[in-house]
Amino acid sequence: MKERRKERIDRGIKARSDDIFALNSYREMLYVAVPPALPVIGLLILPLILPTYWQKVLISTCVFALLAMSWDFLVSVGMVSLGQALFFGIGGYLAGILDRYVGCPIWVTIPVATLVGGVICTIVLLPVLRLRGVYFAMVTLVIPLMMERIIEATGFLGGTEGLSGLKPFPNSWIEVYVIAIATLVALYSFRRLVTEDYGLVLQGIRDNDRAVMSGGINIYWMKAQALFISGCVGAFCGAYITHVYAFVGMPAFAMDFSILPIASAIVGGVGTFAGSLVGAFILVPLSEALRGIGGLRTVIYALCLVVFIVALPEGIFHYIQRKYQQFERWVDVDQ
Amino acid sequence: MIEVTLIYGFVNSIILALIALGFSLTFGISGISNFAFGAFFVLAGYTVWILMHQLSLPFLPSIVLALIFTSVLGALLYRLVLLRIRGQVISEVIATFGVGLAILELFRYLGFTGFEYTLPVFTDGSIMIGETYIDHQRLWIVGIGIVLAVVLYFFTHHTKLGLAFRGIAQDERTALSLGINSDRIAGISVAFGSGLAALAAVVILPRGTISVNEGYDVLINAMAVCIVGGLGSTPGVVLASFLIGYAQMITDTISGPHWKMIVSLVAILLILVVKPSGLFGKQKELEERI
Amino acid sequence: MAKIDNVTGDRAPLLSVRELSKSFGGVRAVVDVGFDLQEGELLGVIGPNGSGKTTLVNLITGFVSPDSGVVKYRGQTITGWMPYRIARLGIARTFQMAKPFGALPAFKNLIIPLFSPRVRSLAGGRFGDRDAVAKDLLEEVGFERESSVTFKAAGSLPHGYLKRLELAKCLALRADLIILDELFSGLSIAELAGILPVIEKLRFEGKTIIMIEHRLRELFRIADRVVVLNYGHLIADGKPAEVMEKDEVKKAYLGSE
Repeated sequence: MKERRKERIDRGIKARSDDIFALNSYREMLYVAVPPALPVIGLLILPLILPTYWQKVLISTCVFALLAMSWDFLVSVGMVSLGQALFFGIGGYLAGILDRYVGCPIWVTIPVATLVGGVICTIVLLPVLRLRGVYFAMVTLVIPLMMERIIEATGFLGGTEGLSGLKPFPNSWIEVYVIAIATLVALYSFRRLVTEDYGLVLQGIRDNDRAVMSGGINIYWMKAQALFISGCVGAFCGAYITHVYAFVGMPAFAMDFSILPIASAIVGGVGTFAGSLVGAFILVPLSEALRGIGGLRTVIYALCLVVFIVALPEGIFHYIQRKYQQFERWVDVDQ
Repeated sequence: MIEVTLIYGFVNSIILALIALGFSLTFGISGISNFAFGAFFVLAGYTVWILMHQLSLPFLPSIVLALIFTSVLGALLYRLVLLRIRGQVISEVIATFGVGLAILELFRYLGFTGFEYTLPVFTDGSIMIGETYIDHQRLWIVGIGIVLAVVLYFFTHHTKLGLAFRGIAQDERTALSLGINSDRIAGISVAFGSGLAALAAVVILPRGTISVNEGYDVLINAMAVCIVGGLGSTPGVVLASFLIGYAQMITDTISGPHWKMIVSLVAILLILVVKPSGLFGKQKELEERI
Repeated sequence: MAKIDNVTGDRAPLLSVRELSKSFGGVRAVVDVGFDLQEGELLGVIGPNGSGKTTLVNLITGFVSPDSGVVKYRGQTITGWMPYRIARLGIARTFQMAKPFGALPAFKNLIIPLFSPRVRSLAGGRFGDRDAVAKDLLEEVGFERESSVTFKAAGSLPHGYLKRLELAKCLALRADLIILDELFSGLSIAELAGILPVIEKLRFEGKTIIMIEHRLRELFRIADRVVVLNYGHLIADGKPAEVMEKDEVKKAYLGSE
């Protein structure tokens, strides 16, 4: 009985340009060099050509891409967080506090908020590190919701009004390029990190943590490190946005900052970091374009999320990568 | 003052138990994540409202229809979403939470916020216990809650279907080899749990207005109670409901209503540090430790 | 090295287990198990299925904390320690269900033990190329050098090589006590013949080994001593031949007449 089966083969140019053979011809060098260069060129040039309104959208996109990447990083260790908003909010409020109550300038508040935010988030989530992933997901879901209520209840830190009148960026060029460069740095650092031995160990923890433990590695310490890194990235985003809008309030812990990064990463492709960037670049401008429909945006992100998890878990970036590197054809198979 | 706290604390505990039992049936007992639970709760409430106010159906049929509708929705959720990602717990959590989020925010977007969204109580009137007034609805809550807890306990321990629910959580392969159609049972479990969410909604919501935010609160409370009580243990859920219920009531009396939900969070964190498997949890040590 | 313990010159055991017990719910998995292990010995742990062998190993290596009892390694009490701390002392184990990191090439699988602080400190801080060390280790356990099998994705390795990979992980940890959980299971005669010399070599180097096994014939050829577990109880402890003569052991394996 004859059956047909789909077969995937590396493209000729991929095979020819693997490893050092890329130097064979210009065409092959371009094939290898262009994809990694695209984000760099894009993010460095876009701010120059976009009108002001879309620059703000670009900023938003980069922030969500960063949050998505920090989420993706945690996933690679096996921790799925449903509350990136926690990192974001803590960073945002720390920057606000440093600005309002301590009077620090921006170039102090952002780095300090980043690092201290990372530490705080790690400490808060320490109790859950020992437990199965589901508990981590549940706790990260609940904490940002709690923070909103605590701030509302106690009126601390500006309560429902928030802290306003904070220092903005000196000029809009710095504003845009800080986040663009941060995004690029994060993208390439994360991608490099997960292919280094350190990253492989982290993924080992995700795949088989007992084996890692029996190899003499303290998985909780490593998980804490990963949490710190992700927390820092999230806190940076929060601190940055605080100064962009010169304001921080309860919305810093909003569900949006948890869900949209997850949607971006899943739509774009989990595990690739570039996918997070792609996902963010699709979803955020899309939501801006749909601004007119207000709250419906969250509904749409959520639905995209569900559809992609269920039907297209691979993500767009993986799909693109596959098409770029391989071609498919049907072959007849003898049974 | 103390009497009021005692009595209303009791009611609050039963409310938590009502909510948590439905969540526990799917998540704790059958091992399937349904984080759209809170959304189903609110959805059921709005469904009854719509049936009554826009289709002018009487109360009782509206309730029944809403119960059926929510259960069917639960089954659909399983069939369309959960079925594809069974076993990958995290995906289940994210996907069902996404669905729940979509439902809740959709209601918010469509404007279902405001004081006119209320459900009628079962019977009007109130009685006196000691020197405290208790309205009938709260008595209904207590009654139905206790009955539900008992029924659920017997169901999961003494009926074939209930044992099947537990079976698929413990060891799916064994369950399959014993002839239990895991997918069908799981679907039924999700449907049941959703139906219980609807039941809880119909009984609890008449106390006040239906609000979208309550959907999140319900989910958080349900999670807190199940985690503290121990996933899979009905007595644990009941005990945890009382612990958290009274803690909430006492905090409410002392510091005001804002802190109620914070009690839930603190309870979760405390139990995760002290005894992660919950008060009556029967998780195997190997699993829970790492 | 071995400690001279008391006047008679008896050496203190490398590993000492006393009254170790563990119950899971109503199931008593390990009941009052105790034995000593001298340095350089190869101890076999045998018993029917479900007799608690793997639980015993889990208790010793810290994956499960005992309800009661003491485990001592080189005189130090390690009961209830976290697994990674115990591993850092030099106790390595394999898992019955060998789950390698399937997507990674075989030699990259060794990166976990090579990454651990124990190995780093034994090598005096950073040492050179982890990958090269990994490939050497694989060669020691029988991966032919220069052959493609070292680079194959671990998920697609044949069974015999998977087992060797597990063994290599223990070697990578520079362990002094190696606990092997059913290393021989599923191996063909040829694969067995390939792996036995590796174990001989380990013994020659002075490593202490515990082996849980069902394949008694092969085990008895190399074991110095054997303990038998049945329903969690330790029912025999001695040389292989003696132990197999005992009535309790025969009953455990064959069922009572």
